[in-house]
Amino acid sequence: MGKRVAKEVSIAVADAVGQCRVDVISAYPITPQTHIVEHLAELVNNGELDAEYIPVESEHAAMSACIGAAAAGARTFTSTSAQGLLFMYETLSIASAFRLPIVMVIANRSISAPISIWNDLSDVMTTRDFGWIQTFAENGQEAVDLVYHAYRVAEKCLLPVAVNLDGFIVTHVVEPIEMLEQELVDKYLPPLKMKYKLDPKKPITMGAIGVPEVYTEAKKALDEAVKATYKVVVQAWKEFEKISGRRYQPVETYRMDDAEVAMVIMGSLAETACNAVDELRAKGKKVGLIRFRLWRPFPMQDFLKALRKVKALCVVDRAVSHASTGGPVGIEVRSALYQSNKRPRVVNFIAGLAGRDVTKDDFIELFERTFEAISKKPKFSYEIYGVKE
Amino acid sequence: MRPELAKFKPLSIKDLPKEDWFAPGHRACQGCGTVQPLKLALKVLGPNTIAVSSTGCMEIISSPFPYNSWKVPWIHVGFENAASVASGIDAAIKALKRKGKLPKKEKINIVVFAGDGATFDIGLQFLSGALERGHNFIYICLDNEAYMNTGVQRSGGTPKFAHTTTSPAGKVIHGNITWKKNLDGIVIAHNIPYFATASPAFYMDYMNKLKKASLVEGPAFIHVYSPCPTGWGSKSEDTILLTRLIVETRLFPLFEVIDGKYYILNRKVDKPKPVEEYLKLQRRFRHLTKEEIELIQQKANEDYERLVKLCEVFAPPKES
Amino acid sequence: MTKDQGLMSWKELAPGMYILEPGNSAKFKTGDWRSHRPVLDKEKCIKCGQCYLLCPEPAYEPNEEGYYICNLYYCKGCGICAAICPKGAITMVLEEA
Repeated sequence: MGKRVAKEVSIAVADAVGQCRVDVISAYPITPQTHIVEHLAELVNNGELDAEYIPVESEHAAMSACIGAAAAGARTFTSTSAQGLLFMYETLSIASAFRLPIVMVIANRSISAPISIWNDLSDVMTTRDFGWIQTFAENGQEAVDLVYHAYRVAEKCLLPVAVNLDGFIVTHVVEPIEMLEQELVDKYLPPLKMKYKLDPKKPITMGAIGVPEVYTEAKKALDEAVKATYKVVVQAWKEFEKISGRRYQPVETYRMDDAEVAMVIMGSLAETACNAVDELRAKGKKVGLIRFRLWRPFPMQDFLKALRKVKALCVVDRAVSHASTGGPVGIEVRSALYQSNKRPRVVNFIAGLAGRDVTKDDFIELFERTFEAISKKPKFSYEIYGVKE
Repeated sequence: MRPELAKFKPLSIKDLPKEDWFAPGHRACQGCGTVQPLKLALKVLGPNTIAVSSTGCMEIISSPFPYNSWKVPWIHVGFENAASVASGIDAAIKALKRKGKLPKKEKINIVVFAGDGATFDIGLQFLSGALERGHNFIYICLDNEAYMNTGVQRSGGTPKFAHTTTSPAGKVIHGNITWKKNLDGIVIAHNIPYFATASPAFYMDYMNKLKKASLVEGPAFIHVYSPCPTGWGSKSEDTILLTRLIVETRLFPLFEVIDGKYYILNRKVDKPKPVEEYLKLQRRFRHLTKEEIELIQQKANEDYERLVKLCEVFAPPKES
Repeated sequence: MTKDQGLMSWKELAPGMYILEPGNSAKFKTGDWRSHRPVLDKEKCIKCGQCYLLCPEPAYEPNEEGYYICNLYYCKGCGICAAICPKGAITMVLEEA
């Protein structure tokens, strides 16, 4: 096991990317991801990381350059947030359809308008459909571990991976973090070998026109490929556990064994919610927590299994889908449940937008409202919680 | 002046490589003046080339699944970002060579084929970034003066008064209202190692420019004038004639700029042909009045004379 | 039925829908687009090669004698070769029905 050192999470994430022996870094700074890309520039310019650093002129160019570099056979990295993610939106679906093993760290931040630099999940939630593998970290250690894991999965599946961590709340805090030893990283991540790439010795065409006679088949092929990554993701976590001692699963549960009411939540707020669970448990309430560690591919079986025998679910979203049937996670949870035989009551709240603090007492209130919902069905599809009237 | 250009020995027609790296059977229109310089570019650059296309005519005609005309590795990502994709490929090759994953001595050309739409307008930011960062690639702008692929809509490269579908020659407004964007000036301002204009009628001049572009370390930009019979309403057999007239009327002078410092005029046009001779071959100009033709003639002369002065003042130093 | 319109099975597609055969457009016939065809007068031809260089396809290939012969499988009949030939050795002739 490695040594635990106190590091700012952004710095640790950048160090992890460096340890992965990345070849090309192409990124544009945006708050709150800036420390990641700044530290990577330091590592390169000090000769500690042998990589090409492309200081691109926009996020769209960042992802475009990553696509070019990955197509040429390089291990690539980029990072962004909010408006930057939206600016590179067009290229995201191209990166996955081209089957390129790009790794992106998203420092989750709320999207405009109003412009806000603070944390919520509205940026990544707009990109669910594109065929990227998406994982979520709740703290610095998880963020670092998910970076190592991301490269292993991306290169085995030949699909891009987005590692999500909360902007500021996770990126800018100093935590004790155990970095993997370099020899272990090298063993976990063998050099990138791509069967098909841009190589004058073996010319291929990337990006031909998807005529109607082939587009459906191309999408089917991509869909099957993304679904098949589930096994690789789980296996890569099992292998990671062997070298680090830390265990990761597609759906993480907390005190779910006999829970009657469970909260579904993602990101660092889950840690505050754990405190609420403990306090309610001490009072005899049977509550638990479910968190999606793997968001895409959607871990349906793990999620349904995690529910056990809950009578009600409190889904706490960190993003709004205006005038829809719920927040993004609420919509997907209800859709997953409908396809199973389980029918817990689902109450959907949207909280913690743009860095608004959600306290342990708030979570206790949300749990209590969910208990009430078991006997009295709520009249709303979703409620934006914590609004000053 | 940089030695590889100062000591450059021009190719003659006998030195030209015999093979073509762009296959026939592509879907370009009859007489397409845009695919022809693309084909010649790959002939000069050879098989050790990675080509990047922006969305546009050239990408569409060369890659209708399951067919493709590219005998070199090729990637197409989007409309505006060909220069960024090329930047990524350049960085990847540099990194992989340094780490010993690619043979260091092997020269790989990276060439971008982009139209005027992708270069003058939607891709200007991406081009500027790639040029400023000094990546080692050749950007060839195949300028047919409108967004031809989507149906002849005007672009920043559309000349004044030209009829396009979004700048039609109507009863009140008479075609495109702005002069062609001075993209040459924008690119030259980046002080890149090599900039040149080219026209397919002067094919040896064009191919030597391609050779020079492949020799410099850093970005090279070639602005190629490319007639489109479909969009311009010209006869398919007039394509090469138009590329000759555009130079001989002074509307598109052939010149090079090295490092943003030295200007070289490749072809003096002391006795220019009247612009009318060029304009009358294209239906997109058939609505022009005498005054409008006179304006075009004036601007052509002004711009040419300005260029001549620049070439005199900023001539490259004489090699001893 | 919609599935019959598919070109090939999704399982046969290369990942990323790459095309692995470079330059296979050479299989596609564009010669049936034309209404006129170039005819070469070898007496006048000086083997300068401009028809070969300036053809957009490229449809011209040199033969053993050094003359450039138009490959009618691809020729779209644009007439550029006839227009630029310095010796007028190429004439465009109406294609038979």
